[in-house]
Amino acid sequence: MKRYIYLLLLVLAWPAQAELVIEITEGRDNPTSIAVVPFAWSGWGAAPEDVASVIAADLMRSGQFAPVARADMLSLPTREQDVFFRDWRVTNVEYLLIGRVVGGASMTVEFELFDVYKQERVTQGSFSGAAGDLRMLAHRASDQVYEKLTGIRGAFATKILYVSVAVRTQAPSTYQLMLADSDGGREQVLFESNEPVLSPAWAPDGKTIAYVSFETSRPAIYLQNLETGVREQLTNFRGLNGAPSFSPDGNSLAMTLSKDGNPDIYIMDLNSRQLRRVTRHYAIDTEAAWMADGRSLLFTSDRGGRPQIYQVDIASGKTERLTYNGPWNARASLAADGRTMVMVQQTEAQFHIAVQDLLQDRVQILTSTTLDESPTVAPNGSMLLYATKYGDRGILAAVSVDGGVKFRLPSREGDVREPAWSPYLGNP
Amino acid sequence: MKQFTVAGKVLSVMFALIWMVGCAGTDVTETDGATSADQERRQMEADEAAKRQAAEAAAAAKKAQMALEAAVDSAGNIVYFDFDKSTLTAATRRVLDAHIALAKTTKKNVRLEGHTDERGTREYNMALGERRAKAVADYMSVNGVASYRVETVSYGEERPAMSGSGEAAWSKNRRVEIK
Repeated sequence: MKRYIYLLLLVLAWPAQAELVIEITEGRDNPTSIAVVPFAWSGWGAAPEDVASVIAADLMRSGQFAPVARADMLSLPTREQDVFFRDWRVTNVEYLLIGRVVGGASMTVEFELFDVYKQERVTQGSFSGAAGDLRMLAHRASDQVYEKLTGIRGAFATKILYVSVAVRTQAPSTYQLMLADSDGGREQVLFESNEPVLSPAWAPDGKTIAYVSFETSRPAIYLQNLETGVREQLTNFRGLNGAPSFSPDGNSLAMTLSKDGNPDIYIMDLNSRQLRRVTRHYAIDTEAAWMADGRSLLFTSDRGGRPQIYQVDIASGKTERLTYNGPWNARASLAADGRTMVMVQQTEAQFHIAVQDLLQDRVQILTSTTLDESPTVAPNGSMLLYATKYGDRGILAAVSVDGGVKFRLPSREGDVREPAWSPYLGNP
Repeated sequence: MKQFTVAGKVLSVMFALIWMVGCAGTDVTETDGATSADQERRQMEADEAAKRQAAEAAAAAKKAQMALEAAVDSAGNIVYFDFDKSTLTAATRRVLDAHIALAKTTKKNVRLEGHTDERGTREYNMALGERRAKAVADYMSVNGVASYRVETVSYGEERPAMSGSGEAAWSKNRRVEIK
């Protein structure tokens, strides 16, 4: 236990060049029509963000809403007294969202949602925050509107981690660990290296992340605090140091180590730094993910000849195989409902994202692209992000957990991969 | 490291030579009837012979070393694998045998970097790359290369040798690089 190398570094995040661009590829048949009218702005100069378009894009990405084009709006009310419901009824708009942004040292976003047919206000809200967080305030408004109209908590005001790679043949490739809003906006570089960076994972408090970096010419697991920028090398074992996964209480980190000969699953207590071995098998055991109660882990093992998903009870070590559908299943993780398991499944020569209901053992393949991997579910369980290939480039794509909605988030340049969707975040 | 070995051989031949010269000297002082011209001639002949022997031994060692290096050069530094496999084929073993023969003449450490193609998940591929590197390491150790000299590291699918999708690229990426 004394062999850990502690590396404390102050890593400042800096803005990035390559922005993700969203392209919706598949939506639902009957999305709810909603008009998000441009918000009034009161403050110095021009409005720093088009809050209404951020909200409209959020709702559209969910696939459950069809925002009305601004050119089709007969009036542009920003207060209740300016609303004429007939303007919206004639164009078959079901819901109307209006609002105002008050600027200054801090920003306030106020909004009101109306049911056009009932001619009544459904909900209203107001969020305040720092000027740089205006987009996040817009996402919070989206969350409230989404929850009011669908009954499901919104997950727009969340973040994603991913890895962006500039592949070069003449010079070393550059690997960047990125942090962005859930819509790909406000990208920041958290860490950059000429050696591979992979497997980013969120602590449940949304403040600490773990990932694997090869910066020492060998793999090691690092922890990085997003608020302070403090970075620490957590492991330095011989062989593999990979697949970090935080326990639901945030006190432990499951990981893959091969220091004892073969890749096995271990759990490190993050306070005492004590290590506990969970699996003991000559096959490959890797990609641990926690069950909601923190008492057992899902993991990938090829102990049956090919990779399949197993569940191990941490206390007893009792292990059970969970996947029998398809010759090759790997990298399982669990949605917040505790029963929807997402994973990578090989079918024919393709790799797709599949979901398995652990209570009913029902399996559904969600994606039809090729070489799909790294599925990560939004904290509300509605959508999942994954990495895939588009043309010859690595991109991120999203699909609703029922498979009905699909969109792509290709980067303007380079390859992007390994998305990790944050938990719900506190107030900005 | 191999220069040291050659130098080592030259050095040991030189020690032998010094010993021989020493013996010759001793002989000379004990031989009463010999003239000084005779002594000088015999001395020179012995020197020449020793030099020739040393040069021949060094040349032979160098030639043997160069043959081992040439064998490694023609075998290459990369061995390849089938999808999701870490089995060493006959061709792979031939390549490794060349490296093992050379490694036995040196003290140089060997770094084995395991890689996979892009199919499958990244962390599983990290483990698969390690399994490939270890399969090579085990083969080297069984055949006489001390295991403490062999280091393995897996890069999984993170560092493809050839970009692009399809068997042409994939077959080049499922590999262990010997460094």
